[in-house]
Amino acid sequence: MEYLLHFFVLVPLAGFIISLLLNEKNEKAISRISAATIGVHLILGSLFVFYWIFSRHPNLNMKELVVYKSYEYEFLIDFYFDKISATYFLVGAALSFMVVVYSRYYLHREEGYKRFFNTILFFYLGYNITIFSGNFETLFIGWEMLGISSFLLIAYYRDRYLPVKNAIKVFSIYRLGDVGLILAMWMSHHLWFENISFDKLNNHVLVHFQLENHTKVGLFISVMVLIAAAAKSAQLPFSSWLPRAMEGPTPSSAIFYGSLSVHIGVFLLLRTYHFWEYQTPVRIAIGVLGIASTLIATGISRVQSSIKSQIAYASIAQIGIIFAEVALGWHLLALFHFAGNAFLRTYQLLVSPSVVSYLIREQFYHYSPHEKSIEFALPGKWQNTLYMLCVKEWNLDGILYTLLWNPIKKIARTFHFLDEGKAVVFFIPAYMAGLATVLYKEEIPLNIRKYLPVLFALMGFIMVLKSFSERRNVFYAWILIVMNNFWISLSITLNSHFPANQMLIYMSGVVVCGGLGLGILLRMKQIEPGLDLARFHGHVYEYPGKAFFFLLACLGLTGFPITPTFIGEDLLFAHIHSDQVVLAALVALCFVVDGLSIIRVFGRVFFGPHVKTYHEVAYKSS
Amino acid sequence: MNPSNQTEPALFDEGHLLKELRHYLPAQAPLKDFIHHNSLHAFQHQNFFEALKNAGDTFGYKTYLSLAEYRKLFAQKRIHPDLLNRVIEKSEGVENLALWQHFLLHEKFDESREPKTGILRSAWKSGYSLDIESFIQPLLFRIVCSYLDQGIAVWEFPVQEGGFLQTIREMEGNSFTGFFKTPAARNLLFRPDLNMGMLLEKLVGDPSLYEQYVFDQQFSHQGWSGMVAVVEENPHTLLITRKISLRDFILFELLLEFDLLESQMKGKWQPLAKWIREKPRPLFSPCPETRLDRVYALWQQAFEWSFYDQVLAGFQIKRAKKKESGPRSFQAVLCIDDRECSIRRYLEKLDSRCETFGTPGFFGVEFYFQPQGGKFYTKVCPAPISPKYLIKEVGVKKKLEKDIHFSKHSHHFLFGWFISQTIGFWSALRLFFNLFKPSMSPATASSLKHMDRFSRLIIENKNPAHRENDLQIGFTEEEMAIRVENTLRSIGMVKDFAPLVYIIGHGASSVNNPHYAAYDCGACSGRAGSVNARVFSYMANHSVVRRMLSEKGLDIPVETQFVGAIRDTTRDEIVFFDIETLYPENQEVHRKNEKIFLKALDLNAKERSRRFDSINSKLSPSRIHEKILRRSVSLFEPRPELNHATNAICIVGRRELSKGLFLDRRSFLNSYDHSTDPEGKYLLNILNAAAPVCGGINLEYYFSRVDNQKLGAGTKLPHNVMGLFGVANGIDGDLRPGLPAQMIEVHDPVRLLMVVEHFPEVVLQVIQKNPATFEWFRNEWVVLVVVHPETRVCFHYQYPDFHEYEPIQMDIPHVDDVEKLVESHTENFPVFVVD
Repeated sequence: MEYLLHFFVLVPLAGFIISLLLNEKNEKAISRISAATIGVHLILGSLFVFYWIFSRHPNLNMKELVVYKSYEYEFLIDFYFDKISATYFLVGAALSFMVVVYSRYYLHREEGYKRFFNTILFFYLGYNITIFSGNFETLFIGWEMLGISSFLLIAYYRDRYLPVKNAIKVFSIYRLGDVGLILAMWMSHHLWFENISFDKLNNHVLVHFQLENHTKVGLFISVMVLIAAAAKSAQLPFSSWLPRAMEGPTPSSAIFYGSLSVHIGVFLLLRTYHFWEYQTPVRIAIGVLGIASTLIATGISRVQSSIKSQIAYASIAQIGIIFAEVALGWHLLALFHFAGNAFLRTYQLLVSPSVVSYLIREQFYHYSPHEKSIEFALPGKWQNTLYMLCVKEWNLDGILYTLLWNPIKKIARTFHFLDEGKAVVFFIPAYMAGLATVLYKEEIPLNIRKYLPVLFALMGFIMVLKSFSERRNVFYAWILIVMNNFWISLSITLNSHFPANQMLIYMSGVVVCGGLGLGILLRMKQIEPGLDLARFHGHVYEYPGKAFFFLLACLGLTGFPITPTFIGEDLLFAHIHSDQVVLAALVALCFVVDGLSIIRVFGRVFFGPHVKTYHEVAYKSS
Repeated sequence: MNPSNQTEPALFDEGHLLKELRHYLPAQAPLKDFIHHNSLHAFQHQNFFEALKNAGDTFGYKTYLSLAEYRKLFAQKRIHPDLLNRVIEKSEGVENLALWQHFLLHEKFDESREPKTGILRSAWKSGYSLDIESFIQPLLFRIVCSYLDQGIAVWEFPVQEGGFLQTIREMEGNSFTGFFKTPAARNLLFRPDLNMGMLLEKLVGDPSLYEQYVFDQQFSHQGWSGMVAVVEENPHTLLITRKISLRDFILFELLLEFDLLESQMKGKWQPLAKWIREKPRPLFSPCPETRLDRVYALWQQAFEWSFYDQVLAGFQIKRAKKKESGPRSFQAVLCIDDRECSIRRYLEKLDSRCETFGTPGFFGVEFYFQPQGGKFYTKVCPAPISPKYLIKEVGVKKKLEKDIHFSKHSHHFLFGWFISQTIGFWSALRLFFNLFKPSMSPATASSLKHMDRFSRLIIENKNPAHRENDLQIGFTEEEMAIRVENTLRSIGMVKDFAPLVYIIGHGASSVNNPHYAAYDCGACSGRAGSVNARVFSYMANHSVVRRMLSEKGLDIPVETQFVGAIRDTTRDEIVFFDIETLYPENQEVHRKNEKIFLKALDLNAKERSRRFDSINSKLSPSRIHEKILRRSVSLFEPRPELNHATNAICIVGRRELSKGLFLDRRSFLNSYDHSTDPEGKYLLNILNAAAPVCGGINLEYYFSRVDNQKLGAGTKLPHNVMGLFGVANGIDGDLRPGLPAQMIEVHDPVRLLMVVEHFPEVVLQVIQKNPATFEWFRNEWVVLVVVHPETRVCFHYQYPDFHEYEPIQMDIPHVDDVEKLVESHTENFPVFVVD
């Protein structure tokens, strides 16, 4: 029975690839392939689920593919199937199918018809990889795909300012969640000395035994998982991204942010439940976080005067309850609740434009000026205070901004002496010196050598910070990103024995994609001398081909699973010891900011309102 | 009106600025009252082409198609080479023809447009690296949206009596938190003498720049500012009225800006004027006309006249007149609306003895309507009229249907918990059925929901003291007679009455469509015309009214009865009212007529379907009609119908002028018989209504088409409903006035050609009587052509006179089977003669 599992991933993969090859003018073929892919998937999958139920629904695990193997390390794709996967599959496939059919006419004549369906299928592929994943590594592949497809769908109207701005914002928060997952993976390597499969995590005895001796490690992993889950499911303090993600065509908002994508955090918690089941503080934290999110989001939702943000916050509130249900161990209820909430919010979002005629009519017949909501019973001062806080979304958006981005900008500013030319003068000798330390490793006293990896990682970190805050020079920003990767690999090489072939795996993607990106940027600068990073340029309008390849370069450089760099990242972490929290945190931070900087370069060069105004260009405020 | 005409005021004048702003801001009312109007109404006092240039220079609007588009139209022969030459010769002189041909066809131009608005205020970003808009706008929009909200939020804004700013003051004064970060800004808020000059002094510092600064600020979110201005001017356009003024709104925004600068720059900042290097050019400073401007104007005229010329040529062609034998079978009076153009053609084709008329769809009866149980009144007449009458609906048995998905309970976490686990699964089924078997639901906006068809209306007023809120309930006999006479005489329906005269209003049905009101009858203020049709019929059937009319020489035979009806333009359905009150023999006739109507509606559905991708137009009319019905209730269909798209002409004249011409649903048709109105008394009334209504529709389509981003609403797919009165993209965006892309994409942006059948000397006098109407013609926002009723010679009006126009495309093709024609392709057709 296990061998059937990989079809769950292969069918959407095939559909996605076929959809890429179709002519963009051929709306019928594009929508048919999309509907057929998901339809067939839904039918075959449902048959499988029936068969599975009648076979007494065992938990299935399948080692699909060993991608890389060395003496002490194995990277493998692993699939898993249980009632959680089954529920997520049925709900996801049914909703995706309906939304694809819905979009068939809804998107008729829309510019980017093909792009839309490509992205939906890509999302669907990522969703399936995630829910059928059998270990963290596989899950992470799907997880990343969800992030990228989210970015692309939020920025679907890439020629307007707000969609692009919000897409970058959401991507940043996702990226933050990714760190949680990366660090959880890192620590769990050290806990289990292998890429643990979810199947094994279900083994109470094993987990219990292992955690007994490593309480702190267990706690660390659980907290990281919780951060990842909270970010993806828009729980506190990340909630404000969800309404802002509603920038794409309504059906895509419905399926992503109304239903599937936003419940993936819940999935992660359900998947790792047996790991944190006996860690009472974690369970309490999850429950409290969920309930707090519910209360805050309910308040915010009650004052929303735009329909989509109202639904978004109402959905966050329900997901908060689901978090609590999961924490309490009521999994069947949680799954049921997930399905109901997903269906309800999708439908509510899809019919949201009808709200005008419906509610106006209702007001027309039923309005009473004396009917006030329950809050009017509060004393005036409290009422005003709460109302204002809710309208301001409890400053959630601002807090994230000040907490996360202001320090980054501040640090970057303190290194302003490293601007442009000077940095190269400084860093090339510095890197040479770094290389020398690796070559003459043995000559360096141990108590100095100990700190060098951290120092090098710090160098890398400064690089990405500079890149992130660079406003003028596009190449400089890009080169800094690439250099960051060099520093990181140097740091790890010095840290432990990092075999050359593993280093090659890591650097291959960086060099190829970095080079490709640099080439495209050089060409762009040649054609468009005014290119900088101070504003959005929207060059995709004239150079869609270059934009596409640059996107590929960006993805490769961020460690997206299209180049070996992806495995390299995992390898890299395997070489950070479990007691080197600072190093791990630094490297992880590097990955976050590096991703942000890359997407920023991409966004500024190719997305946003076009700098040339010989055609219709939207207002910045739209 | 135009600031450029004035020397800069030495001192800043708040009142002057506010007046200017109100003039230039978009004037679109809330969604439920969506009424088409000229998007560039602020420039209407200038000549059309001059206005387009100025609007483009100041606000960066794109006001024409692109050169590439014009050139493509030329290559496709949609722009006629002879007409292009004619336009060039007329404007640039015969000797320059070749030169200008080269400019139009081959010269490369830089078509970029940079608005003058926004330059001054962008200094904050270039000078202080501070993106003011990103910080302030989301909060500002959310606050004002919550304040104006008509019922989306569960927890209402704690609105106070004193208006917007007063409410903010009371909230700030009585809470533990606030919208402002700095005490300095809060203190300013509470200053009793708070005014714009005071804040601008802190922010800008140079009074000569104040106006420009506020223009920059308000035009960075013209959607919201426009909505505030509209609500201030006309508070009753919101059901739940809100007191707000543009001044309050600007003061609040200036305060937020001050607050932001204080908190972000930590005291290290100075007013803008103190450090900007150079003053930007004034917003309304004149720019010299460029060659590109002329090229655009020439292309546009060539494009327009390529089509106009066909229409005018069509009038010249002798069409075989079928002499009908015997009396009229029935008469039908429909709305002037361009969507009625084809249904009239089909009715006349199926029953050659019937006769059709067109008049604005409120049928000359102006009133407020209150359905049974309604808490408010609805205006059902053209927007500028303020009616003094109220018509009430009684005797309704049906209850309002509800839909749990719009219930606010689902947003409460406890109810939401319950609802998502129960109704949630029902939603999935609902969605499934709507995808594969769509049907009418409470969410659908339907023309039939305007009034219950089985209800009774209180139409007659027996006692003038019978009033409600300053409105008289119903019309007295005399008032009825005046209205019936005016309407009938204006369309020339004074003799040869058939036994049944149908008065047919129209409305539309759609679902998932915030712009639903734009689909209904514009002459009824964006509502369905059912009540008006029924009211008019009642009046015209009234025995006392009949007697009064015959005293005035308008004899309607006793056997003749008027029947009110409503036609749904989306669904191609018709509902007749009060059939049971007809004489038995008329009921018999009606049953026969009804069949003709149904058949005509099938054919009409087929003609419309040629533009719809989801329907194969080669199917039989009745099959297509079924699909049209499904389409109208499909959630996933952003184009339930195409509304006024492609409108281009308005014909005011006898039906003979246009009968037998295939105008592809592009013409407004207003019946008018010059022989019954030699002095043009009724003509004046017709033009007073038709120029702004049809011209407004036409220009809103024009501008939404040529710049769908800045003057239109963009694609509707990402739209988010704000407070039930507007749409925006996402949650932080500006309101998007204008029409969404889905409504205008097939529209050809040409000005309205107004054709009047009368003598030029009479028309010349008539159009000058009303300055507001005259402006449309004088400044060429509507192109006026008069057709001589006897010779059919055409005269084109160009201020100050008429000039004879000789059409050149006299070889108008003939077509004998319209059904075959509409199957052929989806693009605009040229004019055909139907045999």
